[in-house]
Amino acid sequence: MEMQDIKLTIIDRDGVTHDVDAPTDMAMNLMEVIRSYELAPEGTIGICGGMAMCASCQCYVLSDHELPEMQDDEEAMLSEAFDVQENSRLGCQIQITPEMDGLKIELAPES
Amino acid sequence: MIKTDILIIGAGPTGLFTVFEAGLLKLKCHLIDALPQPGGQCSEIYPKKPIYDIPAYPEILAGDLTEKLLEQGKQFEPGFTLGERAETIEKQDDGTFIVTTNKGTKHHAPVVAIAGGLGSFEPRKPKIHNIHLYEDKGVEYMIKDPEIYRDKKVVIAGGGDSALDWSIFLTDVAKEVTLIHRRNEFRGALDSVEKVQELKNQGKINLITPAEVVGILGEDHVTGVVVEQVQQIKKEFEIECDHFVPLFGLSPKLGPIADWGLEIEKNAIKVNNALDYQTNIPGIFAIGDVNTYPGKLKLILCGFHEATLMCQAAYQIINPGKRYVLKYTTVSGIDGFDGSRKEAPKAVVKAIE
Ligand SMILES: Cc1cc2nc3c(=O)[nH]c(=O)nc-3n(C[C@H](O)[C@H](O)[C@H](O)COP(=O)(O)OP(=O)(O)OC[C@H]3O[C@@H](n4cnc5c(N)ncnc54)[C@H](O)[C@@H]3O)c2cc1C
Ligand code: FES
Repeated sequence: MEMQDIKLTIIDRDGVTHDVDAPTDMAMNLMEVIRSYELAPEGTIGICGGMAMCASCQCYVLSDHELPEMQDDEEAMLSEAFDVQENSRLGCQIQITPEMDGLKIELAPES
Repeated sequence: MIKTDILIIGAGPTGLFTVFEAGLLKLKCHLIDALPQPGGQCSEIYPKKPIYDIPAYPEILAGDLTEKLLEQGKQFEPGFTLGERAETIEKQDDGTFIVTTNKGTKHHAPVVAIAGGLGSFEPRKPKIHNIHLYEDKGVEYMIKDPEIYRDKKVVIAGGGDSALDWSIFLTDVAKEVTLIHRRNEFRGALDSVEKVQELKNQGKINLITPAEVVGILGEDHVTGVVVEQVQQIKKEFEIECDHFVPLFGLSPKLGPIADWGLEIEKNAIKVNNALDYQTNIPGIFAIGDVNTYPGKLKLILCGFHEATLMCQAAYQIINPGKRYVLKYTTVSGIDGFDGSRKEAPKAVVKAIE
C-alpha cells in the first residue's frame, strides 16, 4: 500500500509540543490521531466517541490551513463548550486529509 | 447499612448485566451510581442513538438496551443507590468491604465489582462567578427528583437533549419554565426540538435566546438569575426563579476510586484478565470500560463477558469450596429472588396416529 502520511504538530494540555505522522488513508480524524499517540490521558478525550456531543476533543487551530467547514452539530456543540475561542474546532469533526500536512493545533483545557 | 453479596459500583451495561449473571449463581447485587438513572454512558451520552454490535441485535437504541438489561435482571431484585458517588472503601478484618458514598450511605459486601466505565459522571459547571454558593440551594446540575420543582419557577440553561427534554417534562410540573441558550439553534432529537417549539408557541415555555445566565441572585437560596442577551444590542436583565438548572452535560472522572490503592494505568484499573478480572486487591474486581489489560477493548459485549467470568470468582469467594457446575438457562430455567420462575416449555410426549 502507498504510504500517505502527513505531519502534524500537536501541543498537549501540558504545553508540550509533539510532531507526529498521521495516516490519510485510515479514515481517521484529528481526535483519533491524538488518542492513537496517547497525547491526552484516556478518558479525557473522545468521550462521546466522536459524535460532536462532548467537546472533549476541542482544539485551537494555530496554523492557517484551510480546514473543512463546520457543520451544524459542531457549531452547536462549540457554542455550549467552555474555553471556546475564535480558532476552536472539534478534533473529531476534522478528517485527516493530505491538504492538512503541517497543521499545528493545541488541545483546549479539560473541562 | 446496606448488605449485599456483590456490591457493584456503576450501573452501566456492565454493572446491569452482572446482576443477571450473579443471580444465576444465587448471589444478590446492589448498584451505586452517581447518575440519577441506570444505564451509564448509554443513558447519559447517547440514549437515542443506535448500537449495531450487540450480538443478535442488528440494531438497538442505547436507551432500549438499558431497558432490556433492567428487565433481564429484574427477578434478581437488585438494589440501587442512585445519585451518589462511591467515595471510600474500607477492608474489614474478615476480608469484607464497606463502601461509603459522598452522601454517607454505607454498603457492606464480601465482593466489590467496580464497573465504573470512564468514571463517575460529574456535571460540567458553567463559569458563573457565584454559582458555587447556591449548589443544593436552588442550583442543581442534574435533575434527580422532578417533584422538587412542583409549582416552582425554574430556569434551565443548555442547548442539548437534556435541556430540551427536561424543559418539556417540567412544563407539567413547574409553575413556570424558562429555557435559556446561547444560540437560537438547539441540538437534539427532532421530536424534542419540535415539542419545545410547540410549547413555546403555546406560551408554556419561556424561551430566551441567544442569551446566557451570568449571575445568580438570592440571600441563601436562589431567587433569580441575571441574564445577558445579545440581539442587536447587548442587554442585561433579571428573571425571578426558585431554581436554576444548568444542563451542560456531564463528564466522567475516575475520581475517588483512583485513591483506593488499586493499580491504575491510563486512567483504568489493571486486572488479571487471564483469570477473573480481579484487581491487585483480592475481593475487588474491575469489569467493563474501567479496567485495562493487554488487548482491552472498551465495548459493551466485552463488559458482558468480563462480568460473567467475574461472577464465577465471586461465587468462590462467597461460597469457599462449594461445588458448582455451569447450567444452561434453557435447561435449568431461572428462579428469581422474587419467587418467579421462567422455564422452557416441556416437550410433549404423544403418539401420532
Ligand atoms: C457515543 C458512544 C457510542 C458508543 N457506541 C458503542 C457501540 O456501538 N458498541 C459498543 O459496544 N460500545 C459503544 N460505546 C461504548 C459503550 O457505551 C461502553 O463500552 C459501555 O457503556 C461501558 O459500560 P460500563 O458499564 O463498563 O461503563 P459505563 O457505561 O461508563 O457506566 C459506568 C457508570 O459508573 C458510574 N460510576 C463510576 N464511578 C463511580 C463512583 N465512584 N460512584 C458512583 N458511580 C460511579 C458512572 O456514573 C457510570 O454511570 C459507545 C460509547 C459512546 C460514548
Ligand atoms: S469526541 Fe466528543 S465532541 Fe469530539
